[in-house]
Amino acid sequence: MSTPTAVRVWENHLLRYRKIWGSHMLGAFVQPVLYLLGMGVGVGALVDRNAGSVVTLDGVSYFAFLAPALLATTAMMSGGQTSLWEVADGFIWSHRYQAMASTPLTPSEIANGLALWHATRIALAVTAVAAVLALFEETRSWGLLLAVPVAVLTGLAFALPISAWSSSRKGGASFPAVIRFILIPMFLFGGAFFPVSQLPAWLQPVAYVTPLWHGIELCRGAVISSVDAGPVGVHIAVLVGYAVAGLVACHISFSRTLRP
Amino acid sequence: MPIVSDPVIVASGLRKEFGDFVAVDGIDFEVRPGESFGFLGPNGAGKTSTMRMIGCVSQVTSGSLSIFGLDPEHDGREIRSRMGVVPQTDQLDAELTVSENLLIYGRYFDIPRAECRRRTVDLLDFVQLTDRANEQVDPLSGGMKRRLAIARSLINEPDLLLLDEPTTGLDPQARHVLWDRLYRLKQRGVTLVLTTHYMDEAEQLCDRLVVMDQGRIAAEGSPSDLINRYSTREVLELRFAVDENQSEAAKLGGIGERHELLPDRVLIYARNGEDALSEVHRRGVDPVGSLIRRSSLEDVFLRLTGRALID
Repeated sequence: MSTPTAVRVWENHLLRYRKIWGSHMLGAFVQPVLYLLGMGVGVGALVDRNAGSVVTLDGVSYFAFLAPALLATTAMMSGGQTSLWEVADGFIWSHRYQAMASTPLTPSEIANGLALWHATRIALAVTAVAAVLALFEETRSWGLLLAVPVAVLTGLAFALPISAWSSSRKGGASFPAVIRFILIPMFLFGGAFFPVSQLPAWLQPVAYVTPLWHGIELCRGAVISSVDAGPVGVHIAVLVGYAVAGLVACHISFSRTLRP
Repeated sequence: MPIVSDPVIVASGLRKEFGDFVAVDGIDFEVRPGESFGFLGPNGAGKTSTMRMIGCVSQVTSGSLSIFGLDPEHDGREIRSRMGVVPQTDQLDAELTVSENLLIYGRYFDIPRAECRRRTVDLLDFVQLTDRANEQVDPLSGGMKRRLAIARSLINEPDLLLLDEPTTGLDPQARHVLWDRLYRLKQRGVTLVLTTHYMDEAEQLCDRLVVMDQGRIAAEGSPSDLINRYSTREVLELRFAVDENQSEAAKLGGIGERHELLPDRVLIYARNGEDALSEVHRRGVDPVGSLIRRSSLEDVFLRLTGRALID
C-alpha cells in the first residue's frame, strides 16, 4: 500500500508545524475571542438596547449574530496568511518545493499536498473558535459540528487562489497589500459585524461575489437555528467554485515554476 | 575484457531554450554505468540547464534524452525515483533537524518511516554528521549542509547521483572531505554526474568530462586526455608591471609552443618550463614574477574558448 502523494507532502508541513503550533493556535484563537468579547459582548450590549436592531439582525442578539461569523472570518484569515509568505518561502527562500519536485512527486501532487495542509491548518484554527463558542449558551449547538467543515471550505476558497498567486511571485513585497486591501476589508464589511444589507446599495453586490459572505451566512445558519441561511446550494457552489478554481490555478502555477 | 552495458544517460542534439535565449544548444553525450562524468564550464555555460533536464525537472526543448533507457517526458516519476539530486542551493528544511530532513525526504519516495530511520543512521555516519543528528540545520556550516544534502540525496539508494557544483562556496578543507565522500560513493558503483567550474575538482573527481561553453560542448575526454590534447606539459607564467604585459609579451615570440596574454599575466605553453624561462632571461626580458607549473584543465578551457574559466 503506497501512501497517497498528497499525504507525503502534507507530512512535511505537519512536521514543521509541530515546532510552531503553539504560537499559531494561540494567535488563531485569541484574536477571534477578543472580537467576541469586545464586539459581541461589549458593543452587543449597546446594539441590543435598540429594539430596531434585533429585527435587522434576524431576531437574534448581536452576540449570536457575530459569534458564528467568526468561524468564517477566522478561516479566511488563517487560510489567507498561510498562503502568502509560507508558500513563497517554499519556492523562493527555502526551495522546499523544488526539493520535492526532484523526487517522484509531480508539481500537481505537491499542490494537492499543500491544499490538504491548508485544510488541516484552517480546521485547527476553526475548531479552536468552535470550542470557545460551545462555552456560551447562545452559540452552544450541534450546528457547530456542521459549521466547522463549512468554515474550512470558506478558508480554502481564499487559501487556494491566493496560493496560486503567491507561488508565482518573486518576493513578498506585495503580500501586506493582500491583507490590507483584500482580507481586512472583507473581514470588516463581509457581513460578520453587521448585515450586508446595511452597506450602500452599490457595495452590496461586491459582498455577494466574494466568498466570505457566503461562508458567514452558512455558519450563522448552522449555529443559530432561528436564522435562515438563504440559498444554501448557491452559497456552497460559490465556495466550491473558488476553491476548485484556486486548486486548478495552483496546478498550473506550480507546474510552470517547478517544470520550466 | 570491458563489461558492455547500456549507458545510463544518452543525449543527442539536446537543446533548451527559454524564450529567445538558448541555454543548451544541441549537445551530445553519453554517461556509462559506474562512471563519474563532469560538465566543466563557466557560469552561464548551460551546465545547470543540462542537469535540470537530466533531473526531469525541466522540459527538453528539442533533441533526445534518455535516462536508464527511459524517456523523461513520460517516465519522469520512475527516473526520479532512481536518482539522487544535490542541488546548488542545498534546499534543506532549515527549521527541521538534520535527521528530520532525511526522514521527510525519504517519505517523498514513500519509504516507510522505520526504513527511513534505519537508512538515516547509516547515511549520517557516512557523511560524518552523526553527532549533529538532532540539531537544527540552520546553524550548520556550509560544508556540513552540503554533506547533509548529499546524505539526503542517497536516502532512496539511487543508481545515479546528480551534483550541481558540489563544492562551490566551501573552504578547502570542507572540499577535500566532500571529495573523499564522493570518491567512496563512486567506489560503491554509484554513477556520478556533476557540474563544476573548478578544474581541480574536475581533475579529482571525473573519469570523463565535457567542456561546455555558451551552451555547446567544446571538447570531451578524460582530464589527462584533454590536457595532452589541448595543452603542453608545462606552463610558464610571467607577471610584468601594470600595463607592460602587451609590450613585454611582444618580445617573447618563438618561446614555447604558444602564448596566452591575460590581463594580469602572460602564459607560455612549453614542454619544459625551465628552458623557456632561461630563454626569457637570455632575451633580457625581466618579469616581476615567474612561475612554472603543470598544465591544468584551466589551460584547456583557455585554449578552447579564449577565456579564463573564473573571471
